[in-house]
Amino acid sequence: MQPFSPVLLEAVGLPTGHTLASYKSRGGYAPLEAILGGKKPADVVDMVKASGLRGRGGAGFSTGLKWTFLPKDHPGPIYLCINADESEPGTFNNRILMEDDPHQVIEGTILSAFATRASTAYIYLRYEYPHSWDRLQTAIDEAYTAGYLGKNLKGSGFSLDIYLHRGAAAYICGEETGLIESLEGKRAWPRIKPPFPAVEGLFKKPTVVNNIETMACVAQIARRGVDWFRSIGVPADPNNPRDPGSYGPKLYCLSGHVEKPGCYEAPLGITARQLIDGPGGGVWKGRKAKAAIPGGISMGLLTEAELDTPLDFSGPGKAGCLGLGTAAVVVIDETVSIVDFLHNSCRFFAHESCGQCTPCREGTSWSLQMLERIKAGKGRLRDLDLLLEIGTSMGMMPGSTICGLADGAAWPIKNAIQKFRGEFEDYIRQTNPTGWMVTEPVSRLAIVATH
Amino acid sequence: MIAAKRILTTEMIQKIEALAPRYPNRRALTLPALHIVNDELRHVPLAAVVEVAALLGLAPADVQDTLSFYEFFHQDKPTGQVRAWVCRSISCALRGGEQVLQHLCHAADIKPGGTSADGAITIEAAECLGACDFAPCMLANKDLHKNLTPESAVAFLQNIRQSIRSTPPHAH
Ligand SMILES: Cc1cc2nc3c(=O)[nH]c(=O)nc-3n(C[C@H](O)[C@H](O)[C@H](O)COP(=O)(O)O)c2cc1C
Ligand code: SF4
Ligand code: FES
Repeated sequence: MQPFSPVLLEAVGLPTGHTLASYKSRGGYAPLEAILGGKKPADVVDMVKASGLRGRGGAGFSTGLKWTFLPKDHPGPIYLCINADESEPGTFNNRILMEDDPHQVIEGTILSAFATRASTAYIYLRYEYPHSWDRLQTAIDEAYTAGYLGKNLKGSGFSLDIYLHRGAAAYICGEETGLIESLEGKRAWPRIKPPFPAVEGLFKKPTVVNNIETMACVAQIARRGVDWFRSIGVPADPNNPRDPGSYGPKLYCLSGHVEKPGCYEAPLGITARQLIDGPGGGVWKGRKAKAAIPGGISMGLLTEAELDTPLDFSGPGKAGCLGLGTAAVVVIDETVSIVDFLHNSCRFFAHESCGQCTPCREGTSWSLQMLERIKAGKGRLRDLDLLLEIGTSMGMMPGSTICGLADGAAWPIKNAIQKFRGEFEDYIRQTNPTGWMVTEPVSRLAIVATH
Repeated sequence: MIAAKRILTTEMIQKIEALAPRYPNRRALTLPALHIVNDELRHVPLAAVVEVAALLGLAPADVQDTLSFYEFFHQDKPTGQVRAWVCRSISCALRGGEQVLQHLCHAADIKPGGTSADGAITIEAAECLGACDFAPCMLANKDLHKNLTPESAVAFLQNIRQSIRSTPPHAH
């Protein structure tokens, strides 16, 4: 690995890193002033497009390209929604950015609003981040006082307000159209697309939804330049015209069974093993890893043999995972039963499914019931086929659901059973010596519901 | 006027109205308004839903429909003085989160989701709190409790019980 010093996390550990003064002393807001002083929105769009920045919220969609989907010459208003609902299990990088360097996020938001001609930006912040709320609100207040927010910023004619909006503890509010519905004051039911938010989003107006870390990247691209950004990460594969590459630094959240859990910044493309053995200080208690989640629980599982997978946008997919997701690596040591892992995952998704689509609502709850039955010593080998059937049939990829939550629920099921089938079979045979071979339908267990 | 039965106080209404200029319509004030009520009352009774709806020019069913989607809002009775969310998602579960939840509930003599008989605490199982670097963890009101053990969680419970006993109930 090349020596690499953190940029997005440069303020972490500075006692007053969250203040305007500290941010400006590090070069912050100078790029914004320069851009307001003479550039056009299209210049900022072109800069972000040229950087190759891909959204950090999970889907990895090109940020500059997304912005160009907005209708040209729209009379407005256009809205920018900053997604700070961060609820993907294992993920906490947005929290660190908001708490330790809120101005970086705000400068990125102002630049992005300028580029998209949005005059209002809402930051949809999950309820569970009260400290982030305070830090962001203080920073927003400072930015208003300094003339970076409000009317006619620095005489440019561009005006912008940023408002914080509090969520209410629901994972689905992170899905961009669920977020929009929630902001509008409704239940957070994701919308059928098209129309995409860029055409008809918040309050029926053109809308861009971007993640907090994406905003921090925009601020750093404006400060350090496109070439700097493209010098980091994994270049586009010349043999694959559809690969836009994985450029820039990335925040990797490391948790679970590692010695030193934390949020670490590295060039896109670092491997899971490099993260675990480097900043992570190794698997805890001197044990071996059994598996690791590559990017939040929705992304599925890497086996220990797959830990050398590069964590760029295309790496985890090559190992059968859903993708890079939020780049949250959760390490699972050799003592953990894969049955327990999958039970935890299925419980999460059964709890968080919004219930609109039958395959997702039923699939997540049946998979949980099956896992409960298996854990209660009543599993049958046939359950593994049923689970796989659920895991391969619900989601946007098979085309049976409105949003990607179902794909996120499906992938851990698929990966766990395909990669650890032997362990499931042993578990079922050992815990249900008289019934593991039964194939007739069985009724659900009358046990206390877990959620 | 049935002023005596009004649930939304003048302050609550002022707080809600102060946010109105931020949104192009009043329906978007639904969640902020529910939060403002919940911050004060630690639940959002049905009567408050009706009043919020009237304030925002919505049907009570609109507001109730939204509220009922978010399990966050309790309706029947107030949550405890401390509302504690113990994370049960994967990173915390791998480091003993489930045990922390069990011990805490046992010590408070309630099930997850319940409120202790003295009204001191409501304990809820939470999904990832976004603090997996401090697993297992718990959010209690606005405070994040990091790297918990069953013992430290039970000690936390004793602390809040003590502090609640030593502060006389304030007049509302
Ligand atoms: C179930 C589900 C939950 C999501 N949660 C989040 C989230 O908490 N934060 C986030 O930024 N994106 C989340 N996303 C992705 C958003 O839909 C969207 O792609 C993203 O906010 C776009 O921002 P970006 O382009 O900057 O990454 C979620 C997607 C799904 C399907
Ligand atoms: S896939 Fe699941 S979470 Fe997404 S809209 Fe359908 S039911 Fe809701
Ligand atoms: S899994 Fe518990 S805080 Fe993330």
